[in-house]
Amino acid sequence: MTLAAKVRIELDGFILDVELTVDPGQTVAIVGPNGAGKTTLLRALAGLRGLSAGRIELDGIVYDDPDAGIYIPPERRPVGVMFQDNLLFPHLTALENVAFGLRARGLSRSDARRRAEDWLRRVGLDGKGRARPRELSGGQAQRVALARALASDPAMLLLDEPLAALDATTRNEVRRDLRRHLTTFAGVRLVITHDPIDAAVLADRVVVLDHGRVAQIGTPAEITTRPRTPWVAELTGTNLFRGTADADGRVALDAGGAIVGADHRTPGPVFAAVHPRSVSLHREKPEGSARNTWPGTVVAVEPVGDRYRISVDATPSVVAEVTQGAVRDVGLKEGTPVWIAIKATEVDVYPA
Amino acid sequence: MSRTWRRARAEGIPDRPPIVPLAIATVGALLFALPLLGLLWRAPWGSAWDVLNTQPARDALRLSLVTSLSATGVAIVLGVPLAWVQARVSYPGKRFVRALTTLPMVLPPVVGGVALLLALGRRGIVGSQLDKVGVNLPFTTGGAIVAETFVAMPFLVLTLEAAFRSSDRRLEDAARTLGAGRFTVFRRVTLPLVAPSLIAGIVLCWARALGEFGATITFAGNLQGTTQTLPLFVYIKLEGSNPDSAIVLSLVLLVISLVVLVALRDRWLTAR
Repeated sequence: MTLAAKVRIELDGFILDVELTVDPGQTVAIVGPNGAGKTTLLRALAGLRGLSAGRIELDGIVYDDPDAGIYIPPERRPVGVMFQDNLLFPHLTALENVAFGLRARGLSRSDARRRAEDWLRRVGLDGKGRARPRELSGGQAQRVALARALASDPAMLLLDEPLAALDATTRNEVRRDLRRHLTTFAGVRLVITHDPIDAAVLADRVVVLDHGRVAQIGTPAEITTRPRTPWVAELTGTNLFRGTADADGRVALDAGGAIVGADHRTPGPVFAAVHPRSVSLHREKPEGSARNTWPGTVVAVEPVGDRYRISVDATPSVVAEVTQGAVRDVGLKEGTPVWIAIKATEVDVYPA
Repeated sequence: MSRTWRRARAEGIPDRPPIVPLAIATVGALLFALPLLGLLWRAPWGSAWDVLNTQPARDALRLSLVTSLSATGVAIVLGVPLAWVQARVSYPGKRFVRALTTLPMVLPPVVGGVALLLALGRRGIVGSQLDKVGVNLPFTTGGAIVAETFVAMPFLVLTLEAAFRSSDRRLEDAARTLGAGRFTVFRRVTLPLVAPSLIAGIVLCWARALGEFGATITFAGNLQGTTQTLPLFVYIKLEGSNPDSAIVLSLVLLVISLVVLVALRDRWLTAR
């Protein structure tokens, strides 16, 4: 069930030109700024807009190929889409929303109902079948949308900004939830997001789009440590680490090394996020209160606004954002050996 | 500044009432209220039922229901697709078509009746062709239905077109990715989403068809049991021998109008 897509779309001076291969069971995140062409790409894959040139092939079947005169409309593609804002049908109940695709694809009313109930149970919404979308919380509506997209057993799942509409407090929880549900889906998974944390948590591979072209492809870790365009550097402003926490709040990082976070005492797999401005750099091993210190070597110094973004090669590698004064005082330049210091309170640890 | 204002409020000095606009508004409101009061005042309440129960009155009532409901039906069948096309399809001459569909709302109905007669009458450009295949519209119940449809359909089309225009098309995209073809999308998503406007448009259309006078009497004439609808009956009786029956049937039309208003009040008449 591999997706092999060569998408070229020309509209009003904008050109989207993307080549993409996604294997089944793999989640690929498409990230990029507004206007990069993310949503256009998703619409093309879903069949909601035709290609100008190229070819979309899923599981060996060609769905769009203008040169060969092939275009299969969206209703005949084995593609499930979870739209931005969920786009649940407001006039239908949660159950009817999930059953919609099954009915449209020819299942009898009772069969569709049974399978929709099954899906609601699977996403933990047993008993919510009769609720209208406006009666559901953001997280619940999102799970209904996911169930609706998956109910008719698609070969490819497309998610457009699945977490954008949620507030910060539910976001982490829903993100974790979504990750769990995604891994149970065996087909091709494609997530569009503008949030690098979403991309890192949800995706195995990240495709960075910029001005309609692929700016970078890599694992989330590669994207984070070695940005290759200014926008990617901006995008990956956050240092995000995966690891395993022990009961004392110490996190053994998958990439090597360890970091101590605050307020997290539940052992298990976690993420640790550190904003670059929370990373300080020193010439000598700091004696202060910071719980996390480790040595490294400066590999890049780039100005960002009135500050500097310092990439430090270490275990783990980090990106720091420091003032001009700090750059001068510490004498930061490429090759400088430095000590990295991060206060435990600045390390945001949450379950994976 | 806001201090002064607050003190004035605190001391309970109310704003001076706007006397001049209030007086003019009262006259304006009376202009609507007085005729209705006059109608209620003069109504022959005691003999109302007897008046309603005469053959010509029963014919007019029945005919009005048949023609107005038929006209509404025709307006739904033709108007829903027309509204959809106007809202969703771009084609040359669209503005012209919009002007055409709006015209009957501002055109004097008598003019509409004359135009219908010239087009669909026996000697009309279309009517002469219809005559050859044995279809005859002027001075028939069918003609009354056509006249009412002509005048009333714009209310449905314009209401629904605005609704189609403002409904979220992304929901239709969502439906298509779920395996629904165009018609299923229309039936199960587009139409339910505009249901409140559809109902409002239907009710407005029906109310307008029920009250139709000018186009009907011009194009379809005034034949009892065939084209003499309630408004025609009221007019004839008021001019003639039996003003009481005119008043009673006017009341019937008034009640229907009030019911329509109450039914639509959440939509347009919510006081703010």
